[in-house]
Amino acid sequence: MPSLLVTILKRLGWASVVLVGLSILIFSLVRIIPGDPARLALGPTAPEEVVERYRERMHYNESLPVQYYFWLRDVLRGDFGLSTVTKRGVSQDLGEFMPATLELVIWAGIPPIFFALLLGVLGAMYKNRWPDYLIRFSSYIIIATPTFVWAVLFLLIFGYWLPILPSIGGRLSMGFTVPPVTGLMVLDALISGQPDAAWDAFAHLLLPSLALSLGHTMQEARLTRSYMLENGGKDYITMVTSQGVPRDVVNRKFLLRPSVIPTVSIMGLDIAAIFGNAFLVETIFNWPGMSRYAMNAILGKDINAVCGVVMVLGVIFIMTNLLVDVIVMILDPRMRQSRSK
Amino acid sequence: MDESWKETLKRSWLKYSESKITVLGLAIVAGFVFLALLGERIVPYPEHIGSFVDFANASGAPSGAHPFGTDLIGRDVLSRIVGSFRNTLLMGVIVLCISAPIGFMVGVIAGYNKGKPVDTVLMRLTDIFLAIPPLVLALAIASVLEPNMTNSMLAITVMWWPWYARLAYGVSSSLRTENYIIYAELTGVKLPHIIFREILPNCLSSMLTKMTLDMGYVIIMGATLSYAGLGEQAPKPALGSMISQGVKYMPEQWWLTVFPAIAIIVLVLGFNLFGDGISNMLGTDES
Repeated sequence: MPSLLVTILKRLGWASVVLVGLSILIFSLVRIIPGDPARLALGPTAPEEVVERYRERMHYNESLPVQYYFWLRDVLRGDFGLSTVTKRGVSQDLGEFMPATLELVIWAGIPPIFFALLLGVLGAMYKNRWPDYLIRFSSYIIIATPTFVWAVLFLLIFGYWLPILPSIGGRLSMGFTVPPVTGLMVLDALISGQPDAAWDAFAHLLLPSLALSLGHTMQEARLTRSYMLENGGKDYITMVTSQGVPRDVVNRKFLLRPSVIPTVSIMGLDIAAIFGNAFLVETIFNWPGMSRYAMNAILGKDINAVCGVVMVLGVIFIMTNLLVDVIVMILDPRMRQSRSK
Repeated sequence: MDESWKETLKRSWLKYSESKITVLGLAIVAGFVFLALLGERIVPYPEHIGSFVDFANASGAPSGAHPFGTDLIGRDVLSRIVGSFRNTLLMGVIVLCISAPIGFMVGVIAGYNKGKPVDTVLMRLTDIFLAIPPLVLALAIASVLEPNMTNSMLAITVMWWPWYARLAYGVSSSLRTENYIIYAELTGVKLPHIIFREILPNCLSSMLTKMTLDMGYVIIMGATLSYAGLGEQAPKPALGSMISQGVKYMPEQWWLTVFPAIAIIVLVLGFNLFGDGISNMLGTDES
């Protein structure tokens, strides 16, 4: 598939342009903040000559384009500067907090897709009968509920009223120690041969990832249902049905694939939204991830940390979208042609 | 003239009310607008919307006098919830009424000049804004600025216009080659006329649909920023900040979180259903 490869390379090229633009945007955002960045970083009690030396070292006396050059050079080396809250390198902080967030987003992003497709197909199969009404009715309410409200309600219901699931206290209960390999707790626990620790880690993941994924799951289900119904009315389906192909074969072979594609193609956006909403969900469930770190950075005006997180999220988002586009191109031959034109 | 206008209205209503659930949406929206307009004139304790202290009645559970309970300093939760509606709705309307025209202009200029450098620059700029998870960008902007309602609206607007740019770009880049646009160009019609008189009417129904469908999302986004402490500041009430206050006193004072949460859910539900109805009415069913 050479055309596929060319398309991917072209998109990678654009992705890098977008990333440079993103870095300029973030840099400008940082520099429009009123106040002296050196003074902000060192605090009000630092003597003036120390602040001056810091200013010199960070190139704050240079013009903005020169400052951008030095900033970008450091960022490309993976150096986002020091965090004023943790007093450590932002990259070091990110390395420590990133795996917890990734694990959460993976659990919130990937398994629910299958539920969404299932619900969507069920809704289309039982159109205007009670399973369809039930799914549609609940999807209206679930979609209308902001993610942070889910998190708060789950905390209230399963954390306090019916305390059957761990809701506060990080990723693992006391008493378990899991040696880090991948940074993903469930996987690491399985690798080290502790199924009960893996179960415990999973129980910790359940509420926050459910809070993050509910809205998207129902939205994807709605989308799948409406495309199933739309494609179901098309001529080629009528044709294969009239040729005597059994209904379930028609559904499985001819209807599902084109109907799933739109759902898959919005997944990139959903993952981005999950990363965004993780900011509040991690704070609510006290999840030791990057988003909780970033939330503290935002509230503490820790500029370097905010920049680091936003840049990393931008890269992840662009890569996810690229991946999603490739999956869509593999699923849908029409996309390959229209893109390569 | 009068008759045909009535006829259009009647037909629109028939289309809108095809699905009964969108009628419920209209009723919810109308109810919230009504409450928002009346605000302090209708709530049981108007002075509780601002900074009011009544320690004798602090942290009271729901009762006849205070159906949704009272908060830590004795203010009536029901009054504060209703008192927050005006700003919530205003925020949604202002954000959409600013971001939609900006997005339209960017998208239409890029789409009309498809393939030229202007198109590349404008649409890549749009992509950059779309490359950051929306809430993250809004949080970052709102945190850099002073936390208040105007700045949270600004933050949401900055991340919202690119969607309208995408929409207008799609429509205008396909209209560009239509005969009536080419004819207008050949007869020397000025660019503003082409954009506002030829292209805009074709975008209008999908833009309006998107605006009504987006209302719920903007409300969610505003509530989220407010929950993070970056929206309307105390003592003024906002649904998000009321919930974040209440979380600290769960589970004993559950009414502090549960009632504002229900208010947000019903509000967003109403606007989502209303948006679906408008989309049925204008025939721009996208999803």
